[in-house]
Amino acid sequence: MPAVIEVRDLHKRYADKVAVEDVSLTVQEGEIFGILGPNGAGKTTTVECIAGLRTPDRGEITVCGLDPRRDRAELTRRLGVQLQAGQLPDRLQVAEALELYSSFYPRPADWRALMHGLGLADKARTGYAKLSGGQKQRLSIALALVGNPRVAILDELTTGLDPQARRDTWDLIEGVRSSGVTIVLVTHFMEEAERLCDRLALIDAGRVVAVDTPAGLTERARIEQRIQFRPSRPLDERLLTSLPEVSGVTRRGELVVVSGNDNALNAVTAVLARNRIVAERLRVEQASLEEAFVQLTGGRLGSS
Amino acid sequence: MSVLNTAAPVTATHGSATWRLIKAESKLSIRDKVGPLWGVGCPLIVLIILGVVPALKEPVEAAGGLTYFDLYVPVLILFNLAILAMTALPTTLAGYRENGVLRRLQTTPIGPARVLSAQLVANFAIALVATILFLAVAGLGFGVDLPRHPVGFVLSWLLAAAALLAIGLLITALAPGRGPATAIGTVLFFPMMFFAGLWVPVAQMPEVLQTISHYTPLGAGMQAFQEAYLGHFPSALPLLTLAAYAVGCTLIAVRWFRWE
Repeated sequence: MPAVIEVRDLHKRYADKVAVEDVSLTVQEGEIFGILGPNGAGKTTTVECIAGLRTPDRGEITVCGLDPRRDRAELTRRLGVQLQAGQLPDRLQVAEALELYSSFYPRPADWRALMHGLGLADKARTGYAKLSGGQKQRLSIALALVGNPRVAILDELTTGLDPQARRDTWDLIEGVRSSGVTIVLVTHFMEEAERLCDRLALIDAGRVVAVDTPAGLTERARIEQRIQFRPSRPLDERLLTSLPEVSGVTRRGELVVVSGNDNALNAVTAVLARNRIVAERLRVEQASLEEAFVQLTGGRLGSS
Repeated sequence: MSVLNTAAPVTATHGSATWRLIKAESKLSIRDKVGPLWGVGCPLIVLIILGVVPALKEPVEAAGGLTYFDLYVPVLILFNLAILAMTALPTTLAGYRENGVLRRLQTTPIGPARVLSAQLVANFAIALVATILFLAVAGLGFGVDLPRHPVGFVLSWLLAAAALLAIGLLITALAPGRGPATAIGTVLFFPMMFFAGLWVPVAQMPEVLQTISHYTPLGAGMQAFQEAYLGHFPSALPLLTLAAYAVGCTLIAVRWFRWE
């Protein structure tokens, strides 16, 4: 797969602070590439540099073979951008906005089809200010796609949406990807990254901490499994601590909490079965992307 | 879902995009009501009310035979231009900057500069329609003659519009946000309208105030209009004053303009 976006050694500082210390990443054609990190990690600055809205202090960026600053005019035709802080005039209606923005591009998508596809058809004559948060967000996505872009950058796509609207938006993004558009998704929601992204760049304090698939990241973090249960009769802890798969056993009231590697669950259940102990209220906590994130970024978690 | 597989075979040219933007901005200006209500409706109502007051049909001393009411027609034309250019325009544009409308446009092939021009054209068009409306109401309703030097009048109007729109752009460039932009426009509006003779005809002001008036944009506009009404081509001073405001404010505005 050819690279659609290449960022090498990006560095950007504002008057008082360094926003991006050192970011390098490559986005392949047709993938959903996530940029994940806590607030203030430098995610938005990175994508703003990719979109040509800011000039990097150092580093090289190519998007579809173009230089985002030098070839701005050409880039804007191929790149759809949905920004965090990009609104529309209050009284501009949904259909008017889509029709207007589609006239900006040489080969636009059919804006009516987009409007229907995004469930905005019954709001065609509604002014921007009267739309709900979810509708505004969907319109914003539609405007990023109305130019028929090869690449779409979506910044904090589902922030402020209710859970249902969030899930609907995810479905939508998967639909867009299946039509061949490469997507760069900026987010600080683990669940969103885990669900949508083929690959993720973890960014913290202006640096790329890791680039991998969501599963790869959790594996890389080597987070132990935690198994928790209530034994049906008193249990000698040495039965468990002697297992090579188990690294620790603690008690929490009548509950036993066992931590260990990926095979610990099998080993523990086998030992319990041999000793005719039933594990009541058994719960296994899998390492989540969230824990991987905390581990890989040294414990700093996104604020929401 | 195949929302994107339906590329329309339309080839939009930039010309049509600009035209659509102008249409959209005009529509939004009208929906916004500030321009139409304060810039057109308000002076129109004042014009009609003043038109039925008999006392205003007396000639003003030192105004070359024009009556108080005659003088109010160009004053209200300036009122209209000032509201549109110094209040409606900067409020809208500063709001666009504050809310990221300009930023979003930056990501499209059109760019934010064109929405600026579209706003200028939209307000210019609304002002043009309003001026024709005022002249028609004053002429057909109350028998006020059209300016006796039409070319001089048109030139003065164009220069006044350019000067005021440039001031509007300057306010947009310097105001940090929508609120301050509205405030600056409103605060400037009243003293400027005073020097156009909204409350006291310029001819009846003390000499110091008259001199100051001639160097203010609306005072200069009023002087040029008055001369055109009396049948002369406006003298150089008011025309140059207006041109200087237009050029000077545009240059400073361009220098200090921020897109975000």
